[in-house]
Amino acid sequence: MSLLIKEKQLVIPGETLAKGMDFVPSDGTYRDGDEIVCGQLGLISVHGRVLRIIPLAGRYIPREEDVVIGRVVNMSLSSWQIDIGYAYEANLSLRDASSDFIERGSDLAKYYDFGDIVTCKVIQVNRAKFVDLTVKGPGLKKLKGGRIINISIAKIPRVIGKQGSMVSLIKQVTGCEITIGQNGRVWISGEPEKEYLAERSIYLVEREPQHVGLTDKVKAFLERGGVDGK
Amino acid sequence: MASKKFSRSDGRAFDQLRPMETRVGVIPRADGSALFRIGNTVAIAAVYGPRAFHPTFLRNPERGVLRCNYNMMAFSGSGERVRPGPSRRSREISLVTEKALNSVIDLSEFPNTVVDVFIELLQTDGGTRCAGITAASMALADAGFLMKEMVSAVSVGALEDNLVVDLTSEEDCELKAVDIPIAMTSRSKNITLLQLDGMISKDNFFAAVELAKKACSALHDVQAKALREKYPQGADENGK
Repeated sequence: MSLLIKEKQLVIPGETLAKGMDFVPSDGTYRDGDEIVCGQLGLISVHGRVLRIIPLAGRYIPREEDVVIGRVVNMSLSSWQIDIGYAYEANLSLRDASSDFIERGSDLAKYYDFGDIVTCKVIQVNRAKFVDLTVKGPGLKKLKGGRIINISIAKIPRVIGKQGSMVSLIKQVTGCEITIGQNGRVWISGEPEKEYLAERSIYLVEREPQHVGLTDKVKAFLERGGVDGK
Repeated sequence: MASKKFSRSDGRAFDQLRPMETRVGVIPRADGSALFRIGNTVAIAAVYGPRAFHPTFLRNPERGVLRCNYNMMAFSGSGERVRPGPSRRSREISLVTEKALNSVIDLSEFPNTVVDVFIELLQTDGGTRCAGITAASMALADAGFLMKEMVSAVSVGALEDNLVVDLTSEEDCELKAVDIPIAMTSRSKNITLLQLDGMISKDNFFAAVELAKKACSALHDVQAKALREKYPQGADENGK
């Protein structure tokens, strides 16, 4: 009838987390008899009676409503195939590609061409993990200019910060436009030097997500103009 | 049953493992990786995926497929050059490694995909398939897959009726030991790999399995320690 671990402790698959029926297993944990067991390497989070694992690694798994940054890799007569960083490409159909009416048989490359970068939203994921995307919605568009960096999926919440505090700080200081895709791709657009500064500050967050007072550290880093302070 | 005169050439006790060293995350570009050294045997495992699976007829629409590849490097052997590329032996070991790991890993989130596990042996001195499985289990955990538990593996055997753990190449090949590689899960202690090369009495066999059980728990402690070392604790994750 007890919890065997502390909040935010690193746990290893197969480790017993709690005994008795007082706790409930959630993401990354499972019940074995009267014990709750870790089923994924990560940090344990205790929410009342619910135990879940915050993973530290892993690839992007598409979920509905995710905003992702994708690249056009293929085109058919009625749709585009978009690489969103999952094992298979996602589908962007004509209907969801634009708020304009696209006539049947028109040249699709006029809208999105090979290699174009698009922010889109996942509208549907079926059992076989076939993904449908849309570009209709606020903030969803073809991206022009700027740069794209990749970060670990597990670090995205840190880069965004509480209520977006971290990303808005970086945006504010550098004056760059920044879009973070749930698939770990970050688009940064602004003055070239500022883009570079924003890029490095995001890598800083990714490198030291567990740092106490991370926002202050990033703020100081930005104010020094990206010089590493000791 | 054990003769008193017999001792192992490297001076180890019968139930003593060779010195071990582990590191997790040795290949930063892989999704997960681990190095495992036991004595002179060194294995590196790297995990990639889930990724697109070709040829398509091998795909499983219910879950992802685990694909292991075991390989000894050309320079890894006991002086003689190992012929590079797949062989009958390496295909067999790849297959048993896959089976040893499949029962703990849950890939139902990734239908139609493949998860690749590459196991390379940099140096070999007996117990390579076991070292490979031990490293691969750590690499899969490091990659963040859903796993019921960890797997660790060791070879046990009989040398002139003495039961010994963690055979070296010399003991296995030159002293003609009975060689029993065993992989065991960390929590339920289920056996996921068991092969036997040689002749052994029933009683000795069960005693050998018990010996492997103890050795595998020791191996699991080493695995757990290495995984914990990758993420030093202290400061809390949220930075709150």
